[in-house]
Amino acid sequence: MYGKFSLFPEQASRLAPHIDMLYFALVAISLFFVVVICSLIVIFAIKYRRREGNEIAQDVHEHHLMEVGWSLIPLVIGLVLFAWGAKLFLGIYEPPPGGTMEIFAVGKQWMWKFQHPDGRREINDLHLPVGRPIKMTMISQDVLHSFYIPAFRIKQDVLPMRYSSTWFEPTKPGVYHLFCAEYCGTEHSRMVGRVFVMEQADYEAWLASPIIEGGAPREAAPMNARAGEAAAVAAAVNAGEPGAKGKAVLESQGCRACHQVGNPALAPQLEGIYGTQVELADGSKVKVDDDYIRQSILLSTVKVVKGYQPVMPPYQGVVNEEEVRHVIEYIKSTSGSKK
Amino acid sequence: MSSAVAKEKNYLNASHTVKSWLLTVDHKRIAILYLISISFFFFLGGLAAFIFRLDLMTPQGDLLQSDTYNRLFTMHGVVMVFLFLVPSIPATLGNFLVPIMIGARDLAFPKINLMSWYLYMIGGAFILFAIVDGGVDTGWTFYTPYSTAFAKTHVALTLVGIFIAGFSSIFTGFNFIVTIHKMRAPGLTWFRLPLFIWAQYATSLIMVLATPVLAVTLFLAALERLFGFGIFDAAKGGDPVLFQHLFWFYSHPAVYIMILPSMGVIAELVTAFSRKRMFGYRFVAFSSIAIAVLGFLVWGHHMFVSSQSPYLGVVFSLISFLVAVPSAIKTFNYTATMYKGSISLESPMLYTIGFIGLFLIGGLTGIFLSTLATDVHLHDTYFVVAHFHYIMVGGALMGYLGGLHFWWPKMTGRMYNEFLAKISAVLVFCGFNFTFFPQFIVGYLGNPRRYHFYPPEFQIYHVMSTVGSTILGIGYVLPVFYLLYSLVKGEKASANPWGAKGLEWQVPSPPPTENFTSPVVVTENAYAYPVREQKA
Repeated sequence: MYGKFSLFPEQASRLAPHIDMLYFALVAISLFFVVVICSLIVIFAIKYRRREGNEIAQDVHEHHLMEVGWSLIPLVIGLVLFAWGAKLFLGIYEPPPGGTMEIFAVGKQWMWKFQHPDGRREINDLHLPVGRPIKMTMISQDVLHSFYIPAFRIKQDVLPMRYSSTWFEPTKPGVYHLFCAEYCGTEHSRMVGRVFVMEQADYEAWLASPIIEGGAPREAAPMNARAGEAAAVAAAVNAGEPGAKGKAVLESQGCRACHQVGNPALAPQLEGIYGTQVELADGSKVKVDDDYIRQSILLSTVKVVKGYQPVMPPYQGVVNEEEVRHVIEYIKSTSGSKK
Repeated sequence: MSSAVAKEKNYLNASHTVKSWLLTVDHKRIAILYLISISFFFFLGGLAAFIFRLDLMTPQGDLLQSDTYNRLFTMHGVVMVFLFLVPSIPATLGNFLVPIMIGARDLAFPKINLMSWYLYMIGGAFILFAIVDGGVDTGWTFYTPYSTAFAKTHVALTLVGIFIAGFSSIFTGFNFIVTIHKMRAPGLTWFRLPLFIWAQYATSLIMVLATPVLAVTLFLAALERLFGFGIFDAAKGGDPVLFQHLFWFYSHPAVYIMILPSMGVIAELVTAFSRKRMFGYRFVAFSSIAIAVLGFLVWGHHMFVSSQSPYLGVVFSLISFLVAVPSAIKTFNYTATMYKGSISLESPMLYTIGFIGLFLIGGLTGIFLSTLATDVHLHDTYFVVAHFHYIMVGGALMGYLGGLHFWWPKMTGRMYNEFLAKISAVLVFCGFNFTFFPQFIVGYLGNPRRYHFYPPEFQIYHVMSTVGSTILGIGYVLPVFYLLYSLVKGEKASANPWGAKGLEWQVPSPPPTENFTSPVVVTENAYAYPVREQKA
């Protein structure tokens, strides 16, 4: 499982056995061609070796049908494999079925930061419940990274300034490798972590525990958060409101001076807009999704809603990715269950 | 048979001054200049690989710092791809053979040919200076924004070096295209051309069409790094993935720049050592062109998990499968050529057989990577490293070494020690498999590439790999000794020591400066070896 000699990685997700099946089919086809071609070469090299009586090659009649035949065979095998691979691949991008748990990840030189739906954070360790589809929404704070869990057979590049996502369903409790697969500088090979897949009850117990195994205490050391703000966030979260952390960020950053609840005079309303279409100043339309909200916060002058002046300052470098995420969660929480 | 009258003038003894070499416009001498230069860079790149392979013996990398490790694998990639593999066969064997094989006096533009070597050397000097002065640590792929905004090493200097060397490749390409179109001897129609020429022609098309895109891409990356342009920098509204599209638009076809010439060499060798014409000549000729054309349409298969649209991924996967067809045709036809031939297993033929086996494995594992779902797991792991080494070393380099052994008597007028050459061919084949086959397994287990540290359970595969690379290294160093020794003590080569067909074997070894002393007229197809009727 972890630290043992093997030829194949552990199958620990719903996808893994399907990928392995395709892999074994590919191995079988490859073996077939290698054995056939290599045997022919060895047989020919012996049988037709240059010797007395075989100084001159024999005349071989060329059959065009044969040429066409051995062009078509690889083509047909190839098309079957292509279709098989494409079908599985598109499944990785299909919207996850209902009951999906969403985990937010930030990659930075050289660590992985994770945020669970209830706001719990961890670094390089990722605790997951077994048997539940999990959607990863990821962003990088600096260069390209790639989120790779071999036991789940999934990999997705993580980019700066743009969310990317993937999903998987762990099927087997255990501890698995997490790697950064895209070269990202000096300590690239240290940008690794552990994925703990746990029974649902164990996961809940872990969520409720005050200290993360070998990690930071739950709220005592929020990453990068300013001290005063952390207190406000903690207070709101303790009240148990959905999107409470985002609400706290909006207050503490002074967003409410313009984005007033129920008053669109100074700035567009934030409540209830998630999943809707808005018209921009240049007449184009855009769907309000994670990326649009994020961009509107960090690069606020790029896509301005029609009827408003580009007066909001860009928050690039002012708020961090986790805070942006909180705001998105808040806007989502006021917009019904549109995902 | 020997035409070696003691005082006969040839291109080597025509003049002896250093100036006569450095200012030569003789394609054969330029080929020798290239041969010396690329050999230097080959051993430099190989040395880097050997050092980091030693370091990878242990999971915690006891030998090197991570920064040093990163610089070494970058140096290995940059030097091997841009300064060895891309110029290897075209600039040495191609330069030497293209005019002779088509019955011409020289290439169409001899002075541009010399300039191309100087550009290569200037580019190489930039890269060498960058290496000596601290190196570069981005990987040979220079992905943004790491290369443009984060790396603290000699990125710009290296990019400039590759930019300049790229022009040497463009010049060689168009020189070959013009030469092959305009300077063929009377009677030498397209379908009488040796398949080596077809392969050089297809390669030249890629060099001329793809290399400018690389030049533009690297230029933009250098502008961004030096002057803060925001083309690939997401923080300025640029797109880092755009760099990958542009980079692979060159670098995928570049794989064919490396492998196609090698396929051309193998066509010459398999026919010469089977004493038989190529089975399905036209299919092999057109498969070179098909590979060159399709090669431009598959770059996105390097980017299935890059966040490009999954539907785009589906299209790139489909086209990648189509490339399998011309590649399979070539492999089948090489094998079929041996059928009922008169096969002699001299060292160039051993390299040929090695090529077919390794290229077969390289090609088949390429299918694992063009299959979308398996690529998600395998992308950026050692599986990819093993796959492209099977193509670029197992394929391209085996072809180059086979060709070098085959035409060495023609180029130098001397025979090398055949026994040592056979030993070296076997060492290269075994050492290569020992080095790279375990990497398929450790790749499927999930070991990412470019990892200085790795989980201890992968160690066994890395130890095998390092041991294999030592054998491989011996197989590469051995030819340096017996080939150089042959220049001094080697037996004089006759005009046609292998009994092969082709115009180059009708001129003395080494050829005179003007190649042909009387006008050439071609009256037969390539590989017109005598055949006997089959017994009933």
